[in-house]
Amino acid sequence: MPDSTSDSTSDSMPHSTSDSTSDRLRVRKTYKLYIAGAFPRSESGRSYPVRSATGELLAHAAQASRKDLRDAVLAARKAFASWSSTTAYNRGQVLYRVAEMLDGRRDQFVGEVSDAEGVSTKAAATQVDHAIDRWVYYAGWADKYAQVAGGTNPVAGPYFNFSLPEPTGVVGVLAPQDSSLLGLVSVLAPVVTTGNTAVVVTSEDRPLPAASLAEVLATSDLPGGVVNLLTGVTAELSPWLAGHRDVNAIDLTGVPNADRKALQIAAADNVKRVYAPGPVDWSADPGTSRLSAFVETKTVWHPIGV
Amino acid sequence: MADKLFEYAPAPESRDIARLRPSYQIFVNGGFRDGSGEAIKTINPADEEPLAEVAEAGPSDVDDAVTAARGAFRPWSALPGRERGKYLFRIARAIQERGRELAVLESLDNGKPIREARDVDIPLAAAHFFYYAGWADKLGYAGFGPSPRPIGVAGQIIPWNFPLLMAAWKIAPALACGNTVVLKPAETTPLTALVLAEIIAEAGLPPGVVNILAGGPAIGQAIVEHGDIDKIAFTGSTEVGKIIRRTLAGTSTRLSLELGGKAANIVFDDAPLDQAVEGIVNGIFFNQGQVCCAGSRLLVQESVADELVAALQRRLATLRVGDPLDKNTDVGAINSAAQLARIRELTEAGVQEGATRWSPPCELPERGYWFVPTVFTGVSQAHRIAREEIFGPVLSVLTFRTPDEAVEKANNTPYGLSAGIWTDKGSRILSMASRLRAGVVWANTFNRFDPASPFGGFKESGFGREGGRHGLEAYLDA
Repeated sequence: MPDSTSDSTSDSMPHSTSDSTSDRLRVRKTYKLYIAGAFPRSESGRSYPVRSATGELLAHAAQASRKDLRDAVLAARKAFASWSSTTAYNRGQVLYRVAEMLDGRRDQFVGEVSDAEGVSTKAAATQVDHAIDRWVYYAGWADKYAQVAGGTNPVAGPYFNFSLPEPTGVVGVLAPQDSSLLGLVSVLAPVVTTGNTAVVVTSEDRPLPAASLAEVLATSDLPGGVVNLLTGVTAELSPWLAGHRDVNAIDLTGVPNADRKALQIAAADNVKRVYAPGPVDWSADPGTSRLSAFVETKTVWHPIGV
Repeated sequence: MADKLFEYAPAPESRDIARLRPSYQIFVNGGFRDGSGEAIKTINPADEEPLAEVAEAGPSDVDDAVTAARGAFRPWSALPGRERGKYLFRIARAIQERGRELAVLESLDNGKPIREARDVDIPLAAAHFFYYAGWADKLGYAGFGPSPRPIGVAGQIIPWNFPLLMAAWKIAPALACGNTVVLKPAETTPLTALVLAEIIAEAGLPPGVVNILAGGPAIGQAIVEHGDIDKIAFTGSTEVGKIIRRTLAGTSTRLSLELGGKAANIVFDDAPLDQAVEGIVNGIFFNQGQVCCAGSRLLVQESVADELVAALQRRLATLRVGDPLDKNTDVGAINSAAQLARIRELTEAGVQEGATRWSPPCELPERGYWFVPTVFTGVSQAHRIAREEIFGPVLSVLTFRTPDEAVEKANNTPYGLSAGIWTDKGSRILSMASRLRAGVVWANTFNRFDPASPFGGFKESGFGREGGRHGLEAYLDA
């Protein structure tokens, strides 16, 4: 467990958290969890220091516990009925609203991504722009995916038969470790686009853009509980997420290959759908594979007659 | 049965039509041979008499079959789709040509009524090959990218309840997509799959494209653990499905699972009750209830429960249980002694836990594995007969008052394979259909199957779909 007691504030803080040059002292943010639409600290009281790519202390992030994770699953389950039955048009509107909110805070995220990943402001800006555009991309999919993935089936009998994709349920997402914002958005947005709710364990070492994204989500008309974001130690939380009986699917993107086997074994207990992709280029066209990974095909039959 | 109006003269189908041979061999790399495993006798469950001897596969046969399938993969997948399709069309036609023979053989080996084997299993198996044959040269239009590739060698393990049909569900889409296969039929029902091997050989498929291994769970396990198989497709119990999932953890082997079910068949007070009764009977007594998507939990709206149960009991009194080869038989034999024991154990538990058991007066044959159609009323959600898959002709009746309560009870199961809705109200059908967490929803009908219609479960009923355009995805590297 990281040492949470150190308080070695550096003299040269990175730009997103540095004190301003004016004589006014900045009001720093406490980075917390996002569960059921609220921003609690970890119930365990734990936090861990988050450092920039160059080793400077950025903040102490909440270190989520097993109990926090279970609370998050509970919130996601509770939110599922209403989010999954929200019209696809409305879900698209909400996702587009997320893009609007993110765009409005573009500069903040450029700073946070730059600090977290140690990339230039220009490179960070490109990533933030991609992240904003990704919400727009999936916002557009919300009311089109069922048309592409579903349809009527010409059965050999007097029946009307159609298939349509339905959300799998509560999806556990182990977010990518490297790409703190674009990677996170790329794995999260497709999950909620089709009506699933999500419990996300963010990048362990780069959690701050995720914690700030929670503020964007909270102000985007996304109902509380649809997305729950947990900062903390991935290897500590992932077994509980993979083994949780009320989680229907799990995305192992942020888990190294060596750790995936144990999680897949745990996931078998309730026949979870497991999505375990290889390395991903986050700036590439995302396609539809992350949409189709977390939907179930439902087929309905009805007789035709008079 | 007291009512002489329903006495029928026996109308048995001739057993000779099955062209039963004393022994059957496994099919590896285009040739038939005795497996290196044990030689077992496959039993007619209707009279417990041996039908034929089958030389089961051993682990070395699994190796040989996988090697053959691996060797055949490159040329098979490189064939133009239209050529692969023509092989599948040939298989479809040959199943149709030998349909009567296959139906009788299926009835003998499985115990199912000839009426069902003849009208459901065999025609649907042929139709499945016919359907996927047409996809082979159109895969680029299926929505999985412009030039989707096959996965490689598929290991396929199928159950005993629809032996030939399940083989068709597995083999047809795999071959259409350009994969090669190693298929293992269930230990108690290998015969029609081995005749299918004959059909495949006669259709001229290149050696190794299809390999069929008879054997028990150990051979299934050997296939799953083999290591040079790219995809496993399994239909069977949820328990075994979970074991397979764990076995394949950490590997790149793809997996699709079609597992158990405990479907709710929901009858509202405005439903046409006579039609609903027919649907309930078809839902739970089709194939002796040995169907993963069987409507084993009847949820009746309280106001019509008494009336419906009375009508159901009247109808069950007319069901004809007995000789599977008799064309008038409605309910045949249970597939095996082991399955019969499982049904007995769960029904005993139903009585012990306080549900009320009812069966129509019914004479069962002296020999064979038989279970009389059974209805439990006064069932609570906590009872084992409401929670566990019985896989037999046993219906559990529960009641509800409101649509919300029906949804709550229907979804209160780890399974999610199928569901039924009976009501005259269209808006209620659509609302219920969207709220039920199940892969197939039958509204004012039940147990309908079609090659064009995707089939598969939510939750612990498995993942992946079989049938339709969706069924291609399990065999494409998409």
